[in-house]
Amino acid sequence: MKINSRAVQKSVEVLSNKKVGSYHHMVFSVGEMALSAKPGNFVAISVGGPNSAMVLRRAFAIYRASDRGNYGGTIELVVAAHGSGSKWLSERAIHERVDMVGPLGTAFGIPTDQVNALLVGGGYGSAPLFGLAEVLKQRGCRVDIVLGASTANKIYAPLEGKRSVNTMTLTTEDGSAGVTGRVTDVMPGLIQKNSVDIIYSCGPMAMLEAVDAIAQGAGIMHQCAVEESMACGIGVCMTCVIPLRDDAGLIRMQRTCIEGPVVDGSKVIWGNSRSIPQGTLGFNQ
Amino acid sequence: MSEFQAFDFRTKFGNRYFPAPIFTASGCAGSGKELSQFFDLNELGAVVTKSISVRPRSGRATPRMAETPSGMLNSIGLQGPGIDDFLAVDIPWLQSKGARVVVSISGETVEEYATLARKLRGVNSLYGIEVNISCPNVENRGLVFACDPVASRAVLEVVRRNIGGDYPIIAKLSPDVTDIVSIAREVVAAGADGLALINTVLGMVIDVDAIRPKLAGITGGLSGPAIRPIAVRAIYQVHSALPNTPILGMGGVASGKDALEMIFAGASGISVGTATFGNPTAVTKIKEELLALLKAKGFKTLKDAVGAAHV
Repeated sequence: MKINSRAVQKSVEVLSNKKVGSYHHMVFSVGEMALSAKPGNFVAISVGGPNSAMVLRRAFAIYRASDRGNYGGTIELVVAAHGSGSKWLSERAIHERVDMVGPLGTAFGIPTDQVNALLVGGGYGSAPLFGLAEVLKQRGCRVDIVLGASTANKIYAPLEGKRSVNTMTLTTEDGSAGVTGRVTDVMPGLIQKNSVDIIYSCGPMAMLEAVDAIAQGAGIMHQCAVEESMACGIGVCMTCVIPLRDDAGLIRMQRTCIEGPVVDGSKVIWGNSRSIPQGTLGFNQ
Repeated sequence: MSEFQAFDFRTKFGNRYFPAPIFTASGCAGSGKELSQFFDLNELGAVVTKSISVRPRSGRATPRMAETPSGMLNSIGLQGPGIDDFLAVDIPWLQSKGARVVVSISGETVEEYATLARKLRGVNSLYGIEVNISCPNVENRGLVFACDPVASRAVLEVVRRNIGGDYPIIAKLSPDVTDIVSIAREVVAAGADGLALINTVLGMVIDVDAIRPKLAGITGGLSGPAIRPIAVRAIYQVHSALPNTPILGMGGVASGKDALEMIFAGASGISVGTATFGNPTAVTKIKEELLALLKAKGFKTLKDAVGAAHV
């Protein structure tokens, strides 16, 4: 298997940087990198400038990639300034350049048939789902989306995103927008009403686990984009592993930057994905 | 005239010449496949593989990593496929790319090191063996061989006996000892042709919000520019004591200037590790920068620069 076979390293220019709710929507001029980017892929960006004490690359899910437009190929990211690296990136002004490696990782699988898809996003984890929604819509699929967060301004739901879905349902735990509760509270109703054939999800691991329980219970295929912190994004540091069952049924600690971020939900050993489950190949805890 | 003369960038460990003194660092280059998308592996002196064990290892739970000022802590726990799978899958691929390979090995017992050395005998494209006796992320930290001169010696002796005389053996030492020179003397006396200096430095980070250690493994190995002065010191001390033993220097090298500093301290080659995490093309960048610096300073060969800082 070829690894990182579409990835390139490039100094890319910031074309736009706008604050949207709690997040920054950033557009980068990336040239041909945009051509090979698929929904679910991510990029890894060097942060802090040449004399930075931050030695590790930061991974960001691609919100959208476009190979057309005035600036040629562009990649858009939704950046949550949680730590010092993402904060540095979110402070980049127009025309500044950053070092980007991408596209990286696995992509959401797109069905060949016209199916009914349910997309589920938590917080800024909704970002890669909009690009996916556009692709599914072009294929003639029905696309419904559920976006949840603790509070309204942590939901990333841009106006243009609504165009590519049939319905959008919001949930907040504090009731400041949409339905009070969690994404999993509204999923069963939507699954039944829209005869959902496939579920795609992206967000925190605990949410993905709860979404997978519903998907498996209903016998629906589930692809999720998982989150584990990465140091390199290209498969060499071995820090971003989670337990995944391989095709032969063997549990292996696998890199979410190479075998993920998009994985088949039924292959993840949920429970405590940060531990080494009994039976894992080479178990030595 | 001399400016038209080709610079002799070769380096030598044991009986083997390497065309360039820049290597990957063990555990920082995956299987080689990950980096080959970004440059040709045969541009390097050699690819140093992750440390291979007798059986597969799952490694430790996550979090396995914490970024620290100018560095990082890792607690991977030597995750790997085991020697048989490695020989069946990784080695043939590296060979097909024309890469020179230094296989790093790690055992829990002296006998395991013997087994690993035996299995590596006669492997194609093998240019050397790095004997990792200093991983800080094994379960029995009390048994880090490189902290005990007698244990270090025992490991190197069985590796030498089992691999035969064809391959250079490079012993990787820990900086977490009182007297690194005495350990270096023991492993060289036991048959090591060269020394890899240094492995990561044992460290720890506490998450002040969770009030718990940040790593699942509690402690981890510190790497990156933060440890470079420790590496330069270790290389300088060991080169003073053992000037004829080639040293593979490592520990936070991120530029050609950093590499040059270690060469002046006494290193004959440089491994690049953590810098690759921040930049997939760090190794080739460092190689080019180092060559340009050596030429600019008037050196004709790499060899002339090794240990140049010694007074």
